[in-house]
Amino acid sequence: MIAGRMKTLVVYLMAGRETPDLVEAAVEGGADIVELGFPFSDPLADGPVIRRAAERALAEGMRTEACLDCLARARERVDVPLVPMTYASLLEAYGYERFDADARSAGATSLIVADLPVDEHPELHRVQLVAPTSTDERIALAAENTDGWLYLVTVTGTTGARDGLSPLLAGLVERARAATDARLYAGFGISTPDHARDAAELADGVVVGTRALEVAEDGPAALRDYVRSLAKMVH
Amino acid sequence: MTTGLYGAYGGRYVPETLIPALDELAAAWDEAREDPAFRAELHHLLTSVGGRPTPLTLAERFAPGQRLYLKREDLLHTGAHKLNNTLGQALLARRLGKRRIVAETGAGQHGVATATVCARFGFECVVYMGAEDLERQAPNVKRMHLLGAEVRTVDFGTKTLREATSEAIRDWITNVETTHYLIGSCVGPHPYPEIVRELQAVIGHEAREQFLEAEGRLPEVAVACVGGGSNAIGLFAGFLDDSDVQLVGVEAHDAASLGTGRTGVLHGARSSLLADEDGQVLDAHSIAAGLDYPGVGPEHAFLRDSGRAEYVNATDAEARAAFERLARTEGIIPALEPAHALARVAELDAELVLLCLSGRGDKDL
Repeated sequence: MIAGRMKTLVVYLMAGRETPDLVEAAVEGGADIVELGFPFSDPLADGPVIRRAAERALAEGMRTEACLDCLARARERVDVPLVPMTYASLLEAYGYERFDADARSAGATSLIVADLPVDEHPELHRVQLVAPTSTDERIALAAENTDGWLYLVTVTGTTGARDGLSPLLAGLVERARAATDARLYAGFGISTPDHARDAAELADGVVVGTRALEVAEDGPAALRDYVRSLAKMVH
Repeated sequence: MTTGLYGAYGGRYVPETLIPALDELAAAWDEAREDPAFRAELHHLLTSVGGRPTPLTLAERFAPGQRLYLKREDLLHTGAHKLNNTLGQALLARRLGKRRIVAETGAGQHGVATATVCARFGFECVVYMGAEDLERQAPNVKRMHLLGAEVRTVDFGTKTLREATSEAIRDWITNVETTHYLIGSCVGPHPYPEIVRELQAVIGHEAREQFLEAEGRLPEVAVACVGGGSNAIGLFAGFLDDSDVQLVGVEAHDAASLGTGRTGVLHGARSSLLADEDGQVLDAHSIAAGLDYPGVGPEHAFLRDSGRAEYVNATDAEARAAFERLARTEGIIPALEPAHALARVAELDAELVLLCLSGRGDKDL
């Protein structure tokens, strides 16, 4: 692989007591970035698997402070970028600036807020998301404001495994390339090594969440093997 | 830059996928509301299908010593104020070229009103309803089925309006190219709170004229129940500029998003809601499915902060007592939702009172 053209594998995990172990396993398996879900009670962008994982995390007490602590403990274990992914209601309650500052001092390298489109709180530097429905203007606006890479939502829909790679991804990559030089990572609906390979051929990286959460229920070793099977196809 | 703000409230806190559809909806709405043909067609539907104008009824035996007028939205076709909104949004959906409609429902009144307009316009209709509400509002489920709607059960979380709304929005995110989300209250991302308020404003504008005709002056107080807040905002819209008219909203005691809530984000808008100190949304509870919701329309939060409107609450037992009392004294069986407003009338320091009787109570028997 030519330097600078290396593809990136992003793995999403829900914050929880066991999560630092899982983050370490994912990185051992080849994850280049880990997104850490800060659970919200009413997650509009998420399908049933991540919604249920959020419900379980909240039931075990994973509120904002506990999630920041989980982030700090994961930070002690791995060197890769760690990116909290959450919803606006948590930031409203905690304070946008304070959340950003505390997350970064706990080891976050950036932030994703699933229900905060680029127009809301533009002062908060974060990874922006674009979708197949985004206009070229909005893709340009998101790219201009994004923190490092641009998150391409491959489907019109919520998070969750799909049978195949979304046919909408190719067109979205093409439009995003025309708008920006930022790296483009594709997520939502990517669950198998084949999906990951196909998505990585189009984009600069892939994000895997729902399937990773399901595999993580079998423990760190299972997660490491699964991430390794993805990494083989992506890297 | 944020749009659609009521003071610090409102906005568009939704996944990016929906933003273009919200832009499209806002543009279609701005165009439609200025279009005489749209306004004429809506007026025709409201009168010929809906039965507007709805009357004012003086309730002398229910409220002795006061002049209490009930704005009879229970007499609107389908039995509640919800049809004012669904007729208007059906016309908008047609302008947008969308032929599939999704909606959420709590009490089932919005579901029935949505299914009704979908039958009339030939739209596919999917209504999300919490499992608990399906059980306690069973007659409305039968009505929706008869009207050709698909009712999808939501059986996680509190199994009520809150999760039904989340699932309707998730469906919309998934099918946004073909589907219009016909939201039932003045909640959700911009422009929904404004659209629903304007479509329900017919309640307040009609009632203002009718009250003037009946009493030769304006009411001292205009009162309505508040769940998401659409019948209240519709009533208030007729009197916002009349500073002498006191506006009172009545929430359910354990769903008092305005009375005991804090600022947070739910279902696409920043508003006052039942949430804990971490921003996690808390469970609401009410005997009235239509009030059993932890959020409220952003304009109500704004009216509360500005002091223009005042929000109080009523318990389940108080609402039940008012429900029975209106039946016995006036021969009108109200829905449990406006029964909350009825429960506070006697304590109002006012003789001339206007109350929005937002729906009928057949569903609650």
